[in-house]
Amino acid sequence: MSIFISDASKVIVQGMTGSEGTKHTRRMLASGTKIVGGVTPGKGGQVVDIDGHQLPVFNTVTEAMSATGANVSVVFVPPKFAKAAVIDAIDATMPLVVVITEGIPVHDSASFYAYSQTKGTTQIIGPNCPGLISPGKSNVGIIPADITGAGPIGLVSKSGTLTYQMMYELRDIGFSTAVGIGGDPVIGTTHIDCLRAFQDDPETTAIVMIGEIGGDAEERAAAFIAEYVTKPVVGYVAGFTAPEGKTMGHAGAIVSGSSGTAQGKKDALEAAGVKVGQTPSETARLLRAILGR
Amino acid sequence: MFEKHGVPVLAAAIATTADEAEKAATDIGGKVVVKAQVKVGGRGKAGGVKLAENPQDAREKAGAILGMDIKGHTVRTVMIAAAAPIAAEYYLSILLDRSNRTFLVMASVSGGMDIEEVARTTPEKLAKIPVSAVDGISLAKAKEIVAAAAFPADVADQVVQVLLKLWDVFQGEDATLVEVNPLVKTNDGKIIALDGKVTLDENADFRQPDHQGLVDQDAENPLEAAAKEKGLNYVKLDGQVGIIGNGAGLVMSTLDVVAYAGEKHGGVRPANFLDIGGGASAQIMADGLSIILGDEDVKSVFVNVFGGITACDAVASGIVQALELLGPKATKPIVVRLDGNNVVEGRAILAKAAHPLVEQADTMDGAANRAAELAAK
Repeated sequence: MSIFISDASKVIVQGMTGSEGTKHTRRMLASGTKIVGGVTPGKGGQVVDIDGHQLPVFNTVTEAMSATGANVSVVFVPPKFAKAAVIDAIDATMPLVVVITEGIPVHDSASFYAYSQTKGTTQIIGPNCPGLISPGKSNVGIIPADITGAGPIGLVSKSGTLTYQMMYELRDIGFSTAVGIGGDPVIGTTHIDCLRAFQDDPETTAIVMIGEIGGDAEERAAAFIAEYVTKPVVGYVAGFTAPEGKTMGHAGAIVSGSSGTAQGKKDALEAAGVKVGQTPSETARLLRAILGR
Repeated sequence: MFEKHGVPVLAAAIATTADEAEKAATDIGGKVVVKAQVKVGGRGKAGGVKLAENPQDAREKAGAILGMDIKGHTVRTVMIAAAAPIAAEYYLSILLDRSNRTFLVMASVSGGMDIEEVARTTPEKLAKIPVSAVDGISLAKAKEIVAAAAFPADVADQVVQVLLKLWDVFQGEDATLVEVNPLVKTNDGKIIALDGKVTLDENADFRQPDHQGLVDQDAENPLEAAAKEKGLNYVKLDGQVGIIGNGAGLVMSTLDVVAYAGEKHGGVRPANFLDIGGGASAQIMADGLSIILGDEDVKSVFVNVFGGITACDAVASGIVQALELLGPKATKPIVVRLDGNNVVEGRAILAKAAHPLVEQADTMDGAANRAAELAAK
């Protein structure tokens, strides 16, 4: 098992004909992901050859789903058109929509998130995220597939490169699923959603949770862990040295007054019984100690 | 911005000199308030807001406030606004509620003072009403909010109208916060936004061309301004170890690891945040290095890259070419840690180039320790 995606995932790429979309479609195909087509409004009917795969292009997600049976969509559409693309996927009742695009106005992401909630048929991951990978089964997004293989660790992170770093640190053990949930102020899938899924996934035996400054998602996750999660969880929080009021790269990574600090998040996680590492390497060592490897 | 969207405000003008302030006060007539225009809170407590009896007084008060330092921000402009006789003060804001992933209106008839204090000591006096990002604030929603906050009947209709216009500001300008504090009732029963604060979403700049003009170039750190011009994601900090990395999370983590390592080396700290992103071409690396080497506080540099999409050999070539581009301008030791995609090739490229300033480290923690040690020398 794995969470959210599996070897049964059939993926369409929204924005496949753009440069980023094409580049990452190629990478996803190379790592074994079942890509069944793409969506670009106005280019429906074309067939694109990507490394020998003949991929049909559709005008809408609804058309793509009925023609291909796709059950996952990954979005590489530029910020200006991202909202329309996600709304299209929600209207098609696409079960899982992974939004890679960085730089979407928060009014747009708040709007498509609220819309997905009123419909109740679509889970959104992201935006501004690297996507998710279940090594050997499916890779939806931009996470490098060659860092590590399948194993018992579940990972959830706001940050892309810290996800890669942690997968690399623990590459000899391997992962059930690694999910990059994104660093924007409004995201579709939270730490809590992933923690719940990992707790319920029989293949996952330990969980790594990576957070960063800004918002209160980590504090909420800590409360959820105390209440619901019985599997061991280790944590890491980035941004102890971040000054107040400055956005650190991710749009959501900002300490406002006394809220959103790394220390507050670390304290909350430790109070919930989570071992929190001071560096990524130490976090990996904590997990090794728990697994005895 | 409030005026543009029809939110009722008092007559006001902006002045950058004492002369302009006097003229503005003359035009407005009567008593005026002189307010420092800075992008930080607490300016009233810092002495940045003064009442002036007449134009001559406005000139003196403006002269005193202009050039004042408020929390590290130099005051370069003041606002001259008519002083209204106030009958009551209220609080009204629309904001992005991250925790609940929705919008939120906060309203209180106990406004005018520190709203955080009201929220803490008497939370029942601060009404919080969620607003759907799909539906927004309709007339019915505005009436619901005004009723929930218990605005007095004689001003309720006016506050409803203000709320609808503030929603126009919030949505139309892509704001994440629109705050009116205080919203006042004047002695003649009019509702006016006396002072306010708006936070804008930079991600929406592509559809908000007017927002470019709002950037206070003078107030920005010159290194941050130079980095912005090059399209780099850079924040100046107060330490001695320059940091370059790829990915916001990894760079934040790098700052922390350097700060921990620095504890063993005389307390050296990171000098900046700089995320060169996924691409990391030679030109971007050169731009990043030149910004960091231009920072007088920097004593050593730590380049921390995890090759994900970008391969380490491309990053290594970028560093070598960047140092060639910089030539004699590169003067500080650079510790490089590469890991991930094509790491063997990447490390070999740096080893072959054998630049006298560059040394490699195998791990992030080891590299942080070495960079801190070099900065402490």
